[in-house]
This record gives sequence, C-alpha cells and structure tokens, in this order.
Amino acid sequence: MNFETVIGIEVHAELKTNTKIFCGCSREYGAETNTQTCPICLGHPGVLPTLNEKAVELAVRAAMALNCQVADETKFDRKNYFYPDTPKAYQISQFDKPIGFDGYIDAEVDGVTKRFRIERVHLEEDAGKMNHTGENHSVVDFNRTGSPLIEIVSEADMRSPKEAVAYLERLKEVLQYADISDVKMEEGSLRCDCNISVRPYGQEKFGTKTELKNLNSFGNVLKGLEYEEDRHRKLLLSGGVMRQETLRFDEAGKKTVLMRVKEGASDYRYFPEPDLVKLVLDNDWKEAIRAGIPELPDARRVRYQEAFGLSPYDAKILTTTRETAEYFEAVVAEGADAKAAANWTMGEVQGHLNKSDDTFETLKLTPVKLTALIGLISDGTISSKIAKQVFQAIIDEGVDPAAYVEEKGLAQISDEGLLRGLINESFDAHPEVVEELKGGRDRKKGFVIGQVMKKTKGMANPTLLDELFYDELAKR
Amino acid sequence: MATINEEQVRHVAHLARLAVTDGEVKQFTEQLEKILEFAEQLNELDTTGVEPTTHVLDLKNVLRKDEVKPSLPRSEVERLAPDWEDGQVRVPAVFE
Repeated sequence: MNFETVIGIEVHAELKTNTKIFCGCSREYGAETNTQTCPICLGHPGVLPTLNEKAVELAVRAAMALNCQVADETKFDRKNYFYPDTPKAYQISQFDKPIGFDGYIDAEVDGVTKRFRIERVHLEEDAGKMNHTGENHSVVDFNRTGSPLIEIVSEADMRSPKEAVAYLERLKEVLQYADISDVKMEEGSLRCDCNISVRPYGQEKFGTKTELKNLNSFGNVLKGLEYEEDRHRKLLLSGGVMRQETLRFDEAGKKTVLMRVKEGASDYRYFPEPDLVKLVLDNDWKEAIRAGIPELPDARRVRYQEAFGLSPYDAKILTTTRETAEYFEAVVAEGADAKAAANWTMGEVQGHLNKSDDTFETLKLTPVKLTALIGLISDGTISSKIAKQVFQAIIDEGVDPAAYVEEKGLAQISDEGLLRGLINESFDAHPEVVEELKGGRDRKKGFVIGQVMKKTKGMANPTLLDELFYDELAKR
Repeated sequence: MATINEEQVRHVAHLARLAVTDGEVKQFTEQLEKILEFAEQLNELDTTGVEPTTHVLDLKNVLRKDEVKPSLPRSEVERLAPDWEDGQVRVPAVFE
C-alpha cells in the first residue's frame, strides 16, 4: 500500500521587543535567573497587565509579511491550565479573534515552488523555563514568563518532512528579514511543534496524528519527521492502530520517544481576558505598520537580478540570511562591481565564516576593505591569485589592502615596455620555439610565458602578458 | 432549562485541582444548578441586533510604550517564593 504523509506545523517565535508583553521587565536573553520579573509577570494578585504597543506592531507585521488578513478588531483570552512555569495558572492568548488569518508562504521544494497556507497568527505570552534537576523536584526561571510570542499555525499542507523543513526555513527567513524575531532555535526564540499522520493515497480522511515537540533544529525536524513517517507506515502495514501521542525526538538515539498519550481534547476553558480591553487596528495604523516592514527576501532577489544583473542562483544564495544580504549590499554601496562583490561574498567570505568563529559582525574584512581589494584586482594592480593572499592578511590582521600590497611588493608588473622586452629576450634565446609557434604550435606559448614569469618572480600581469605575447609574435 | 450533573461538577473540580467529597459534589451540583437558573433569566431578553460584548468597559487600545522599567530585586523574588534553590524557584516535579 502506498501512503501519503500529512504534516502541519505550529511555530512559536519570540518578538524582538525591549520589554515583556504586559509589563516593563526586560526580555533580554541570557540574564541571571529570576532577575527580570515583577508582580505583573509573576501573576501576583491585583495587578493589571498593560499591552506593549511594539508587540502588537510586530505581530501585525508578521501577519502582513505572511500574507495574512489582519483583523480590524481583536481581543485577548485566558487559557487556563496549571503548570509551574505559568504562575498565573492561565496564559493570556488569543482564541477566536487572532491578529492575522488566512495567510500563506511560498517555498521551494526540489526546485518547485509550493504554497503553504497559514491558518492563523496570534499574539500571546511565553511561559517560564523549567529545569528538571532532581527526581522529586524541578526549578523554574521566570525571566521568560510574559515575553511576547506569536504563534503561527499552518494548515496541514506539507506532504513530506522535506516540505516541512522548506516551510520552516522560509518562515524563519521572513521573520528574520522583517525584524520580527531573532529566530534563534538554540536560545528558544524560535520553537516548533509538528503534527504528522499518514493515510493511504486517495483517502480523504486524515490518519491519526502524533505530535513531535521540542525540536531544537531543522535537522532534527527532518530526522524526527522521517522517523515518525516510517514508524506510522510500518505500524499501519502490520495492521496496528496508531495512538494519538505526543513525542519528543531523542537526538542521541535518533528516534522519537513517547512523552504522553493524548486522551480527549484539552479543556482550557478559554474566556475573554477581563483585564485587557479590545484592540482596534484601524487602517491608518495598519498602513503605518506596513510601511515600516523592511524589504523581504523575495523582493531583494528580484532587485538583485534587475539592478545588479545577478543570476537567480546568486540572488538566492546572497539572500540566505539577512546578514549576508546586508554585507553584500554594503560592499556594492562602497562602489564595488556587483558581480565581483557577489562572488567574494558567496565564495571566500562565506567560506571563511563557515570554517571559523567569525561572523559578519566580527569580520575584519569590512565592506570598505573588500571594495578596496576588488578595486586592486579590477585596475590590474594585483592578480586574483595574489588577491587571495591579501584577503587572508585582512582576515587575520585587518590590514589595509593597498598599504599591504605596497609594503609587501605584491603589485603585479604591468609595465608594457618591460614585459615586451622580456618576451623578446625569450624569443631571441630560443629561435626554434618561435619557429614552432609560427608553425601553429600554440602550446609552446606556455614556455615563453613561463620564462617571463620566472624573470618577474611571477609578478607579471598575466592578462597583459598574454596580449603582448601575441602582439610581439606577430612582429616576428 | 439549565441542567448540570455530578459528573460535570467532578470534571470542573478536577480542572481546578479541587478535592471534593461525594457530599460536596451533591451539594455543589444543586447550588450550581440554581446559579445557572438565575443566570438564565438573561435569555428572556430579546437581543436581536445587539452586538456581542466581550468587555464591560467600552474602551479600546490601552497600550504602553516598549520601555524597560526596573524589575524586582532577586532577593525579593526569593523572599516571595515558596521554595528556592540556587536562584530558581523550586517546585515539586510534575508528571503529566
């Protein structure tokens, strides 16, 4: 029997605000435990939450960037449950009136663009962080409690683990480019839960789903979903019955592990949050928010092709992360040739970043220096081979490209008279070679070029030398 | 006509993590029944054309600027916590 896989994804992204959603506590990551709390986020009796304007704007921005309809009027609701990471014993969330709904993103899977629909985007508060330190107790850090989150719920539109990852990568890119979230999975500012089920091809009804939680990297999303897909298929083929379960992916064991069996629907007793009044998003406000959205990757890709004449492939690679795109653009803004700037950014620079601890922020090769380096190549001062040496010196010691070339005597020889003289010296010393060359045996050219290079210690301008070689040979 | 049964009372008590005796379940079922009946008087009103209300106050967009305010000193959080361990609030282990 052939099966079809069905996957839906819930993503939680922390919004890039200074403060929490309902109080003025900082939400900065990495602070000492329990130093960013107050009576409001700790849920003390009698306190009143006040909504953070910036959190609303970032949530609306996310809804817009994800092609959603944005609500004209929305509200908050209480989701009631007991858990030690939620001191109020309820989470303020949005139930029936999410900020955004009916959106989509387009992502490429194996060269084909597919549209993945987004059911809703809503605003809510984060819980604290629990650590299970002992057999009989846990400890809680409430710094994260009350941080603003958006929850992005997809439709069950993915048909393979690969599509799930393509959707997530695209989503991450949009949130990063639009400056909505830091989207760092390792810091928990981007988290995802995946629902997966399989059904025989042609069957309309969904199979029984399982939920994969706590996936901490896209690599694990792929591995976890592939494992589950396989497990579902085998179980159904052997006549087994799937249970609705929540699982986590065990990285070391490369398998999914049962967390709990879901019995019936959860009963969160949602009701309208009485401590918060309604939120009206009028057109003026929406348009102001829309105008503030930074250029998204798709738009950048089109612009790179149109304005800089780059290939679709180059445009895609350069926009992989916002940092890469911004570095590239800064180099072009300094006056470098766009194609050269693109090649250096994607090639040497990216290569260096991949194998070192450097980031675009710490990189000693600033856009100004890379532009200067590209200029030294294009005006013939240095060869592209020497350029790699200069590149390394800038990366290691942050040297000034022109000064370094001067100091180390790396400039290539572009003195026409000198080069013509050396070519002729070689011709005169080897008349038999000249005869062969004139007889059409072009491969002897290497011999002459080699001699000139030897005499100039490899510093002759190769392009110019090549040109002068034919010029002098024609005179013989 | 509002009806509530003992099973629903036990379910609600469980959700609120309240331990209730059989006697209390019986008592609360009767009391809650009466409360629901009382509230049901509202159904006598004709609400045709009345927009649903989610809040008693007709206010909108009460917002705050995204500016950091001082948080509680950690010593104060520790003082208020029921139990404490190395800068964190200690709680019983939770098994779902």
